[in-house]
Amino acid sequence: MKTQLLPALRLTLAMMLLCCGLYPALVWAAAQLAPGQGAGVTVSRHGRVVGFARVGQKFDRPEYFNSRPSAADYHADASSGSNKGPSNPEYLALVQARLDTFLLENPGVKAADVPAELLTASGSGLDPHLSPQGALVQVARIARVRRLSAQEVRNLIPRYTTAVLFGPDVVDVLSLNLALDELAGQ
Amino acid sequence: MTQELLGILVIFGSTLLLAVPLGRYLATIYRGDKSWSDFLAPLERLLFRFGGVNPAKDMTWPQHLVALLTINVAWFGWAMLVLCTQGSLPLNPDHNPSMTPDQAFNTAISFLVNCNLQHYSGESGATYFSQLFAITFLQFVTAATGMAACVVVFNALRDGAGDKLGNFYNYFVKSITRVLLPIALGVALVLVGQGTPMNWAGKASIVTVQGDSVSVSRGPAAAMIAIKELGTNGGGFFGANSAHPLENPTYLTNAVENVALVLIPFALVFALGYYLRRPRLSYMVFGVMTVGFLLLLAPTVYYELHGNPAIARMGVDQQLGALEGKEMRFGAAASAYWGITNTVISCGSVNSMHDSHMPISGMAELLGMMTNAFYGGVGVGFLNFFVFVIIAVFIAGLMVGRTPEFLGRKIEAREMKIAVLVALLHPLLILVGTALSAHLYTGNPTEYAGWLANPGYHGFSEMLYEFTSSAANNGSGFEGLGDNTPWWNISTGVVMLLARYLPIIGPVAIAGLLARKQPVPESAGTLRTDTATFGVLVLFVIWIIAALAFFPALALGPLAEHFTLY
Repeated sequence: MKTQLLPALRLTLAMMLLCCGLYPALVWAAAQLAPGQGAGVTVSRHGRVVGFARVGQKFDRPEYFNSRPSAADYHADASSGSNKGPSNPEYLALVQARLDTFLLENPGVKAADVPAELLTASGSGLDPHLSPQGALVQVARIARVRRLSAQEVRNLIPRYTTAVLFGPDVVDVLSLNLALDELAGQ
Repeated sequence: MTQELLGILVIFGSTLLLAVPLGRYLATIYRGDKSWSDFLAPLERLLFRFGGVNPAKDMTWPQHLVALLTINVAWFGWAMLVLCTQGSLPLNPDHNPSMTPDQAFNTAISFLVNCNLQHYSGESGATYFSQLFAITFLQFVTAATGMAACVVVFNALRDGAGDKLGNFYNYFVKSITRVLLPIALGVALVLVGQGTPMNWAGKASIVTVQGDSVSVSRGPAAAMIAIKELGTNGGGFFGANSAHPLENPTYLTNAVENVALVLIPFALVFALGYYLRRPRLSYMVFGVMTVGFLLLLAPTVYYELHGNPAIARMGVDQQLGALEGKEMRFGAAASAYWGITNTVISCGSVNSMHDSHMPISGMAELLGMMTNAFYGGVGVGFLNFFVFVIIAVFIAGLMVGRTPEFLGRKIEAREMKIAVLVALLHPLLILVGTALSAHLYTGNPTEYAGWLANPGYHGFSEMLYEFTSSAANNGSGFEGLGDNTPWWNISTGVVMLLARYLPIIGPVAIAGLLARKQPVPESAGTLRTDTATFGVLVLFVIWIIAALAFFPALALGPLAEHFTLY
């Protein structure tokens, strides 16, 4: 064992230079050429940073497309899911309450039109997306609150929908809401 | 839905297409034959000279184990030191505190054994220095340790191996320079291109569109995420692991990360065939592993795509499946595929929260870790499978009345004892740990109320999952468990240690003992181990030893929950 200890320590040091020095330096250098220079891509409005492109943020006011429920309350320095089990009665009561609230705030919408992502928390608590249906079902409310035509609001959705080759289609909530503000002249 | 199923088929297919040539390449470099990567030889010579080792010196199996364990002890000391003092070390822009000793003990062991059980959240519990110099470092070297141990077993299975089992440091260094570093670099480049951070500044404070003040955590994430997947460690940079939109920003990065973590476990199986020049043997192994994998994958995909029946009863639209704990950009199918690949392979990263999966999916994930030999972690997956092969050979020998032998070497009492001990260690650690915890909890539910996030059967599953994950060196969790307490930190720490080193020592010892034996010439009476028949037998041995041992526990947890829900 003793004869092995010295090589072990020396090899450890050598590998540390390689894996914790050279390798991250190369990745960092490459990141300088990437969008956002490795510091995350930001989204600005009127010269002020209002969000990170990939990171979801909280939209819970009636005049915006609401983002998904979040176990982290969209605190982007404490990502987390709810970790609620599928049969947990407290959790199921919460989902039911979310559904009731949604139906109350969106009169005329039936439960069968409400997609599950609007009632369930994401894995990270920072999900930036909705499904197209998740946005569509909110159109009538937004148009009413903002006094816009429903058609105008609905027309925004396809522009911010990404069709993923093998995954489900997703709508980027932040871009969509920024476009919505622009439409309303804010 | 069809599109989502096609997605996981494409991810599996591309992994397989890459793994076969990688397997051939691994066999080439470990054999020391000429390869395109020989331009790295000067760098390796430099590393060997700096380390003061002679890579050409053959070691016996005990020498291999001494070298492996010594260097691991050094890493443990280093990791403990860094984690306990990280608060005062450089690269800590967010001023995160040092870990408590019990948490540092758990974390150091967790990454030392390539497990990644994390009783902390990356954003607030670790500094950039410890993420890089403790965690990323261990993600490289522990993967290389597993690969080196695997090659030692390959060596011992060669004809006429004797005591010449190659040099541990040689395999260890080459695994890093020629496999892990180049591929990790490629994966990291995809990640930064898609928007994963790689910077040194602390959190960014912003005011959102609605006017909320939010801090966004960043850091040198891309470098770590690439090797966390490739080395099947799975430890996330951020708390939410690969569900985090900066850790795994798009469907593309999800596919790339998912391919990366399955790649080397696949490739090592093919490397076995190329290395021993017995391709049929590796087909048998790969076939058994794939059948086992598919048996776990199919129900998981089915249940995740069909949503939660309790939510369906509310009349809600669940066309996209069960979405609690899932990210929209991946969808239910890719999340289910990720969940199963990460549990059959001891990677344990998550892109959706396993705690919120349907009960049968949770059970499939548990079974993936309980068997721990369908592909398995880099290097060690094959070692676990090897133990089951030895047991299957013995049982087959008894059934047909022939002397049990594997690749021309007789299996005798000593090898069998080691194999059975290793195989039984796994259920022992899991079941005893879970039983003790359940006993503590039921004895004083108010004191331990913080443990379980969910009542009833699911709460039991949370405890079972934690010990299964520790013993499988997997690291994923039913994360609702309040696990940053001395009991969980220390008990799972001990389980992780035992479950890492004994299953490496055992198979290396068996292989080393076999290598010293006089080979028996193959005859018509030899039991062929590279046939489909033998494959079926191995599958049943795994099923009986690794799965049925857990049936009572599974019946109390996920099965009971399933029948209350459906």
